[in-house]
Amino acid sequence: MTRVKLLILQVGVGLALLLAWHVLTVYPVFGPTKQVQFFFATPLAVLERSWSLFASGEIWGHLWITLLETILAFLIGSAGGIVFGFMFARNDLLAAVFDPYIKAANALPRVVLAPIFALWFGLGIWSKVALGFTLVFFIVFFNVYQGVREVSPVVLSNARMLGMNERQLLRHVYWPSALTWVFSSLHTSVGFALVGAVVGEYLGSSAGLGYKIHEAESVFDVTGVFAGMLILSIFVILIDVLVTMIENRFLVWRPQSSATART
Amino acid sequence: MDQSTSLTAVALSDVAITFGPKGNGYTAVSNIDLTVRAGEFVAIVGPTGSGKSTILNAAAGLLRPSAGQVSIFGAGLQGLNGRAGYLFQQDALMPWKTALDNVAVALESKNVSRREALSRAREWLARVGLAAFVDRYPHMLSGGQRKRVALAQMLIRDPEILLMDEPFGPLDAQTRQIMGNLLLSLWAADRKAVLFVTHDLEEAIALADRVVLMSAGPAARIIGDFPVLLPRPRDIAEVRLEPAFHHIHKEIWASLRVEVQKAYGLGEMAQ
Repeated sequence: MTRVKLLILQVGVGLALLLAWHVLTVYPVFGPTKQVQFFFATPLAVLERSWSLFASGEIWGHLWITLLETILAFLIGSAGGIVFGFMFARNDLLAAVFDPYIKAANALPRVVLAPIFALWFGLGIWSKVALGFTLVFFIVFFNVYQGVREVSPVVLSNARMLGMNERQLLRHVYWPSALTWVFSSLHTSVGFALVGAVVGEYLGSSAGLGYKIHEAESVFDVTGVFAGMLILSIFVILIDVLVTMIENRFLVWRPQSSATART
Repeated sequence: MDQSTSLTAVALSDVAITFGPKGNGYTAVSNIDLTVRAGEFVAIVGPTGSGKSTILNAAAGLLRPSAGQVSIFGAGLQGLNGRAGYLFQQDALMPWKTALDNVAVALESKNVSRREALSRAREWLARVGLAAFVDRYPHMLSGGQRKRVALAQMLIRDPEILLMDEPFGPLDAQTRQIMGNLLLSLWAADRKAVLFVTHDLEEAIALADRVVLMSAGPAARIIGDFPVLLPRPRDIAEVRLEPAFHHIHKEIWASLRVEVQKAYGLGEMAQ
């Protein structure tokens, strides 16, 4: 399948869905159009609303807030996950003692934490960052733990025979190995950072994409909700493209399969 | 030359290695007495599961013997053997580093500046015929090329003892010959003590000054020690055609065959 052909098919599916949506909401197929449009909006109205949100410049501030929360949650969560992942992987006692607590904490649905974080950190960005952190931390933590644990014993023995001390092993063997795992989970962890930000905003805030969606929902403005979702999707796709670019840059040493299978 | 050859590089005396719990473990090798003099190329041959690699790991300090003594140039071995280089059977290169970085990083522990390490790594890669492949990552290289990088990585540190664990085992026949000749030419330049493990008797005779024969495991012992008096320099492919080669081969094979049959016989009974 050529690239062009694939692209045509992908665009075709999108257009077909939009067309179906348009026909079913603009023409009285399921009943009076006014009623149907109240529940489902129309694609043209959603596009128009999205456009006006950008044109008026109103959405940029909200996008920036959501982006900032996502980036902060990702960075802080990753840093924490890497530090603790390393510590636990290199210290069996620590890992064994904390094992049940980590499992319990990870099993907790994070949404229930949102009100507590709002209480602790206020309604500004930090309660959203905290929510994103709890999601990102565990993904990165488990991946780093795995990465350090699963360093090939032959590579490790070889590095030792080359006279490397603990610090050099950390730098040349453990760290790159752990980083591989972090990068292989990059899509997931960035995605979860965004989920934390949007859900946090949705549950209580005064800015961000989640707030915009919630605001529209509370006045039964379905068009506004769909417009918010559309903008959110485009935002996610752009971030994902960026992540893929970063990933390809850092994992050049990897056999091709893993890099292309994802894109 | 005479003085250096009389030095004992590696000495294992009455070494036994047991895996698992004391008193109830699996004894891989026992009563091993083996010496490698400086500048000597010794090959260890034996059937599968005869603990050849175990002996090598003991000499490297990767395994601590359960009984007996390992000494390196007369001093008892504590921890890892810092005077030895090790060539593994499996791929042991760091997959996240280029060929050049893999070789250069071997000098990290020797207080060599990064610049000099890189230029020496380039030299070594050229010496093993990979001048055009310095920027490749291991997965972009063939099995034989990866072995060359590993060889350069080991030799750049200038170790006094070379330990090799069936290094050419996974390679095809032609590549093995090329690698064997490469190894001999590099070794001829400044003769190190070599302990070379293989299951291929022909390879052992073609390369070594002495072939040490192991019995079938468990509790494998050394059951033969044969000098190989073929002239050097040798060509791996041509030396096999000499009558003297056949003579030695016949002599060692007579003993090895019994052990190989034992190894297979035990395997069948276990099933």
